[in-house]
Amino acid sequence: MSGGYVSGGCGFRHRHHGGKDVYTVALAGNANVGKSATFNQLTGIDQDIGNWPGKTVERAEGLLQYRGMRIRVIDLPGIYSISALSTEEQVSREFIAHDHPDVVVNIVDASALERNLFFTLQLMELESPLIVAVNQMDLAAKKGITIDIRELSSQLGVPVVPLVAIQGKGIAELSDAIIAAIASPPRPRRIAYGKEVEQRIDSIVEHLPGEVSGYPPRWTAIKLLESDPDTVWDVKKQVPGTVDLAAVKRTELESIHGEPAATILSGERYHAAEQIVTSVVTIGAVGEARRSLTDRIDRIALHPVLGYLLLALMIGGLLVWTFVVGAWISAILTSLLAHIAPIEPLITGSLEDILFNGAWTGLVAALTLIIPYVVPFYLFLALIEDSGFLTRFSLMLDRGMHRMGLHGKAIIPLVLGFGCTVPACLSCRIIESSKQKLLAAFLVTLIPCSARTIVILGVVAVFVNIWWALALYLFDFVLIVILGRLAFRLLPGESVGMIMEMPEYHVPHPPIVLGQTWQRTRSLIGIVLPSYIIGSIVITAAYAAGLLEPINTLLSPITVVLLGLPAVTGVVFVFGIIRKEMTILALAAIFGTTVFSAVLSPVQLIVFAIVTMLYIPCISTIVALAKEFGWKQALSITVIETGLAIALGAAAFRLLSLFM
Amino acid sequence: MASEQLEEYLETILDIEEQQGVAKTSAIAKCLKIAPASVTEALQVLSEKGFVKYEPYRGATLTDQGMEMARRVKRRHRLLEVFLTEILHIREENVHDEACRMEHTLSDETECALCKLLNAPSRCPHGSLIEACNRKVESCEECLNEAAPAATCTRDEPLIPVTTLEPGQKGTIAFIRGDNSVVQRLTDLGLTLKTEIRLVRKAPLQGPVEIAVRKTKLAIDHAIADHIFVTACGEKSG
Repeated sequence: MSGGYVSGGCGFRHRHHGGKDVYTVALAGNANVGKSATFNQLTGIDQDIGNWPGKTVERAEGLLQYRGMRIRVIDLPGIYSISALSTEEQVSREFIAHDHPDVVVNIVDASALERNLFFTLQLMELESPLIVAVNQMDLAAKKGITIDIRELSSQLGVPVVPLVAIQGKGIAELSDAIIAAIASPPRPRRIAYGKEVEQRIDSIVEHLPGEVSGYPPRWTAIKLLESDPDTVWDVKKQVPGTVDLAAVKRTELESIHGEPAATILSGERYHAAEQIVTSVVTIGAVGEARRSLTDRIDRIALHPVLGYLLLALMIGGLLVWTFVVGAWISAILTSLLAHIAPIEPLITGSLEDILFNGAWTGLVAALTLIIPYVVPFYLFLALIEDSGFLTRFSLMLDRGMHRMGLHGKAIIPLVLGFGCTVPACLSCRIIESSKQKLLAAFLVTLIPCSARTIVILGVVAVFVNIWWALALYLFDFVLIVILGRLAFRLLPGESVGMIMEMPEYHVPHPPIVLGQTWQRTRSLIGIVLPSYIIGSIVITAAYAAGLLEPINTLLSPITVVLLGLPAVTGVVFVFGIIRKEMTILALAAIFGTTVFSAVLSPVQLIVFAIVTMLYIPCISTIVALAKEFGWKQALSITVIETGLAIALGAAAFRLLSLFM
Repeated sequence: MASEQLEEYLETILDIEEQQGVAKTSAIAKCLKIAPASVTEALQVLSEKGFVKYEPYRGATLTDQGMEMARRVKRRHRLLEVFLTEILHIREENVHDEACRMEHTLSDETECALCKLLNAPSRCPHGSLIEACNRKVESCEECLNEAAPAATCTRDEPLIPVTTLEPGQKGTIAFIRGDNSVVQRLTDLGLTLKTEIRLVRKAPLQGPVEIAVRKTKLAIDHAIADHIFVTACGEKSG
């Protein structure tokens, strides 16, 4: 029955090999199996690692230098299937299918081999030059799972390397295997599916002209059976008759099994995976201890009462910890920096003095206002993530998220949003439907990020009182729920429910937690420091040059008439677009004092904080939104939020003036 | 006891049992607007026939046999509600009573035709889940695609949505209802037909259910999990 199978001819993939000195290796596999950890070990780059599926939202790239060879390593987002449904899965699929890496390293979780092999089998259908790396061998051993690596290798027909990526075990062997695979690409064995399916694949292959758009014939035939739209389109251009033939075969298959053909094929792959697992895996009686640890924690973490209590404690703890520790570090840094050079709010002297003054003020503000708060936040978050608690939050809050047309996974970007809006917006990719993705990003821009929290604390908590600051926070959350529900009704598109893998808990690994905190902080410093310094220089220079008056006059209908604020706040809001906490800086620079209660009334302080909290997401956020959703959506969000900020600010001014 | 009356009793007991765990005589009496004395009498008859487990002063719970019967009637009731609302546009307040009267006379054939006509609905107009049918099919497509009636033989074991399993209880996937993309998504994650799964826990407030399958755990939205039908294995552990 394999008579019609054209086995040769995948030379297209290697056509560009001649004499090139940089090779490409892609790391692929299910979500949360340790791709990022392997990537870090291979390249020495700190790729974000966390204990939740869908961590790598954009593919990361690094360089492996080994035995004199330079190899580009691409870390792809986790993917369960090649017929991918979410953006993160599409990134992987397109790279493997279209960019033709020299070697594909498929990382699989030793404890869940069956599920992981499902994807391996799809890579084998693609005839990728494959290496399988079985990761987390140590955890599997603790659960009493032993895997016959040699047998697995002979069944799949590709090299198989055991790994404990987190400890770096097996990395040298993997590197050797990669070098060997570049020299002679491994050709995966063909795994035969059920008879009814194979017969139909064969008869379709007979009517294909070999490769279609660079894909192997067997793969094309399978995709035709599954009626994959891209493949149907490609084949139709060359051999339209085969598309019709495939449709007939598909109908036959569906009438035998009574299921859609794609589902039948998934079933076949799982069946094949089961058989492989049966022959290579032995499960001993030892070690249920670990599993029961997860169960024990879950009994509390997912308890109807205790679970929510724990969740509230953790989120509350995250915020309290952030601001207690943040204030402490900030105080130390402020006194340290004051020794080096005092901040002079006066703007006099030569141009050089003015510029230096601006730059120094900006640097001090960045170092004392942002970094101290963001570092503890990311540290605590890394602990919650790496231990596995974050996914439990998703589970517990799924129902509540439904009210806003979202599902539990959206809690991940929303929590990230308390740190910085930009990475939080990017992480919305883990959500499947495009409607929900946009919805989540919109709500993320309303979450008080550390910058906005600083404004609320620095303006309202310090100079009005802490209760008003908390009330503003609460008001923001209520607003998020209301706007979420509203946007859910108004936005077109469908909402899909959550399906998410639940990782097991583990004690956080210090290198991972610290590495992740550093990595996130570093990327933030990259955005924050320059914009602070440049922004501050521009503000002081513009002030010295007398350019601020026209802006203030222009904006005074909004600032003075609608919001009841002094005209000088016009320019403050303009600078707030760069970074929200710049408003504090600008306020201090313009008024020449940091005691804001001396220049603004309590109502003005509250109105100022409301507007700052809600108007235009900062410039970095706008750029991130535009990158993800296009300029139209990014500008719509900007306009909506600015309008909202002015409307609510004006309303608050009038209401609060009545009794304050 | 007339079969109509019997079915009505079982249905009521199922409703009360789902909310309160056990159906007290007084609660049944109130629901059916019958004197408690007649309810006690009827429960004794049902108990003799093996449909309920009846303990005086405590109340009644359905036996497996009773449960199967009650679920079948419930399915018909809810299908009829959809039919009355969507096709006949009967006024909302009358739909329930009307369906109550019609449900007892529906044949298997009519039930199947109704399900096909309504495009295999999953929920009644009030939002309650419609049980899976007991025909030997593996997906709704099989019924809907066929011009001629598909498999006419029925299953031996009752199908229940995975969300009604007790924590710790195992089941074998028999049928996944819904459009292709949902079925595909679940299949790709290893929830293929005939796979054994275990319900780990249900999150509070109708939240996602956690399912152990192929040595991994998946959290699945409650509404999606309602479409996964299993034959339960083993006794309920709770």
